[in-house]
Amino acid sequence: MSRPRNGGLWQELRVPAAAVIIGLIIGAVFMAMTGANPLTAYGALLSGCFGKPVNISETLVYINPLIFTGLSIAVAYRAGLFNIGAEGQMIVGMVAAAVVGYAGTGLPRAIHLPLTILSGALAGAIWAAVPGYLKARLGVHEVVNSIMMNYIALYLSHYLVNGPIKDPQVIAPYSREIADSAKLFRFFGGFRSEFRVNTGILIAVAAALLVYYVLYKTTTGYEIRAVGANADAARYAGINVPKAMAVSMLLAGSMAGLAGAVQVCGIQYKFLDLFAFEGFGLDGIAVALVGKINPFGVVGAASLFGILSRGAQMMQGIAHVPKQVAGIVQAAIVFMIAAEGLVEGWLSIPGLSLKKAGKAQKEDA
Amino acid sequence: MAQSQRVPVLAMKGITKQFPGVLANDRVDFTLEQGEIHALLGENGAGKSTLMKILYGLYGADSGTISVRGQEALIREPNDALRLGIGMVHQHFMLVQQFTVAENLVLGSEPRRRGIFLDMNAAVAKVKEVSEQYGLAIDPNARITDISVGMQQRVEILKALLRGADILILDEPTAVLTPQEVSELFAIMRNLQARGKSIVFITHKLKEVMAISERVTVVRRGRVVGSLDTSSTSVDELARLMVGRDVELVVEKGPAHPGEEILVVDDLNVLDARRLPAVRGVSLSVRGGEILGIAGVDGNGQTQLVEAITGMRRCASGRVMLAGKDITNSEPRRLFESGVVHIPADRQRHGLILDFSIAENMVLQTYYRPPFSVKGRLNWEVIRSEARRLIEEFDIRTPGEDVPAGSLSGGNQQKVIVARELSRQPELVIAAQPTRGLDVGAIEFVHGRLVEARDAGKAVLLVSLELDEILALADRIAVMYEGEVVGVLSRDEATEELLGLMMAGAARGSDPDASEVATG
Repeated sequence: MSRPRNGGLWQELRVPAAAVIIGLIIGAVFMAMTGANPLTAYGALLSGCFGKPVNISETLVYINPLIFTGLSIAVAYRAGLFNIGAEGQMIVGMVAAAVVGYAGTGLPRAIHLPLTILSGALAGAIWAAVPGYLKARLGVHEVVNSIMMNYIALYLSHYLVNGPIKDPQVIAPYSREIADSAKLFRFFGGFRSEFRVNTGILIAVAAALLVYYVLYKTTTGYEIRAVGANADAARYAGINVPKAMAVSMLLAGSMAGLAGAVQVCGIQYKFLDLFAFEGFGLDGIAVALVGKINPFGVVGAASLFGILSRGAQMMQGIAHVPKQVAGIVQAAIVFMIAAEGLVEGWLSIPGLSLKKAGKAQKEDA
Repeated sequence: MAQSQRVPVLAMKGITKQFPGVLANDRVDFTLEQGEIHALLGENGAGKSTLMKILYGLYGADSGTISVRGQEALIREPNDALRLGIGMVHQHFMLVQQFTVAENLVLGSEPRRRGIFLDMNAAVAKVKEVSEQYGLAIDPNARITDISVGMQQRVEILKALLRGADILILDEPTAVLTPQEVSELFAIMRNLQARGKSIVFITHKLKEVMAISERVTVVRRGRVVGSLDTSSTSVDELARLMVGRDVELVVEKGPAHPGEEILVVDDLNVLDARRLPAVRGVSLSVRGGEILGIAGVDGNGQTQLVEAITGMRRCASGRVMLAGKDITNSEPRRLFESGVVHIPADRQRHGLILDFSIAENMVLQTYYRPPFSVKGRLNWEVIRSEARRLIEEFDIRTPGEDVPAGSLSGGNQQKVIVARELSRQPELVIAAQPTRGLDVGAIEFVHGRLVEARDAGKAVLLVSLELDEILALADRIAVMYEGEVVGVLSRDEATEELLGLMMAGAARGSDPDASEVATG
């Protein structure tokens, strides 16, 4: 954003790091107020996320879609657009992958799996293209449109999974299970392994690299960033501003669509009816902002959010902390990041040296 | 001045301020006598604003003392300064755009009725009273968004007066004003002086120093290099003190050798953002090897004319031809590709992406072409080495090419744009207000480059609100008034008086076609 890029990684990360610590402290205060022991709770959080191999696996399962949705918001934000629609783009990505994953039964894996994954990305891109087109051509604000597209996606998927794509063999509103040829390998054991972490996490990391490459190494990325940083100057320089906006929305939509496809191909193997938004798209906004709209920052922030979400369940299970308190911790951290100036001000108080904050952060992690 | 026996109203002694990498103020002494207008002169980045921000409590000095009316004072924040009667009008105004003048003026000390209700009538009355007292003529009920920049500045001055300032610091107040507004400001300053206010007038414009101040303190690279009575110095001496060497205040240029017509504008009509006619039936031509200056008071269609020629605004009717080809309503990219370069009037809005590095800014129009990119992939090595070359060639003061453009001083930002535009082998150079807000050294540089482009056979279209700049550079001068070209003069026919009359719409020049023949 407006921060100079040559300040080094620590310069970039010191505020988010301090915000995390402050958020954890605020969370501890809330836990103490509800009668829980913060140390036990944070212990449970850590052991629940990392204590056993299967816990690590589950944590990665939480992190995986957040990387994609975080990237989705980040890439749109670089063009100056706010993609609230990642939620809906992810839903259509799931539906598309569930349909193609089943319909392509019999295809060889080398074709079927990529086809399924890409169908999710394509569906997400199409979903994002609507608000993208309206913004680029007619100047209609993308936020309202992408929120509405979320509802359309939710209820459309609800209709489909209760009708056209419903598995007739079961009573519950599920789609048919996709063919094995469309499933992502789990690292340990077969498709029924309790270690649900799968090659989707590699796709997510590759997506982060791809987004980084596009944004910083290609002319398309240059255009996107120029439009986001100063659309007037971009226009003066002869950059096609609507095109750059549209491209960034397509890229954003395909990232969110990938989140859905990887969720279906790696974890669920079918589309399960949603009764409400799952929240990956909305969490992606926080992930992107905490990650400073930087693809690698997004991977880090997604990890943090994944750990907190997973940890919330564990705190509840082991330390009997209400799950909502973990939500408070999460909210407190985002709050602190948003109040960047506040945290920066605290960091510049003499005696509260940055190095100390850095050490504390390492000990915490 | 005869008051040397009296205690100065303000004395700063040995002020030193170190920023990372820069010694902004180095043992600076500065005294302000009661009731004088004291110019603080220096180039951009010389340390004059830093000194005044220390006085106003925005920065703390590393060492040195400040005495106000003979009493040593500790100023840690603006409130301390205000208590001592020191007020500052910043270069960038700090006004709430949606509020009225009166609402802005009482912000922070709103008059109240029964403790909680805002007493707007009292506020309006108070504003009226004080503004009349100082001859400021402001409508208290006007919204800030609706009033001119000059008026907004008066609001800022009034704000300082209302808070009881009798030492006023004006930080480059003329940078944003038209020539008329400048003379109005000077009248206000004299009025304030007559009422016993002491004024520090920060500027880098020599003519203004001579016009308004009694004394002048010149700062260069953080040090005071001279403190003089204005009546005993000259523009040349001040320029030498300020820059540290002899400066060519007059642009050296030989006679023009006009060649073929490069730009021809034929009966052009352009609408402004409110769809009102802004450019009305303008016809012009610029030949290779000459500079055509467009003079005019701000808001007479110059902006829209430039925007229309450079593809940033649609022409309603008429034609624009470049070397015989019709380029009417072409996209900016096509124009750049056919050899039009444009130094835009608003460098921060159009000319640069402040968050981008200098290297990224240097390829703003050319990034998609070899050697800067091949098949859609940027070649950072080439981009950065080209940036380094231009930084060197155009003497851009920066720690390196990876620094964000926004961190450079205004003069260096402009050099980035000039370097980028003139390095692209243009046929036609369109320079809109190319030296606005720049100091003497940077102006000399930009002017030299424009003359160089002319001498290399380029056609140069110069739009400027500064008559001095037009007179210094242009070979022919077109005057715009209310969207029309009211006359085209050769440089020899043009006098400041005649141009002034034409700019005010009171006179018409000779027939444009006839004068073209005369110079052609």
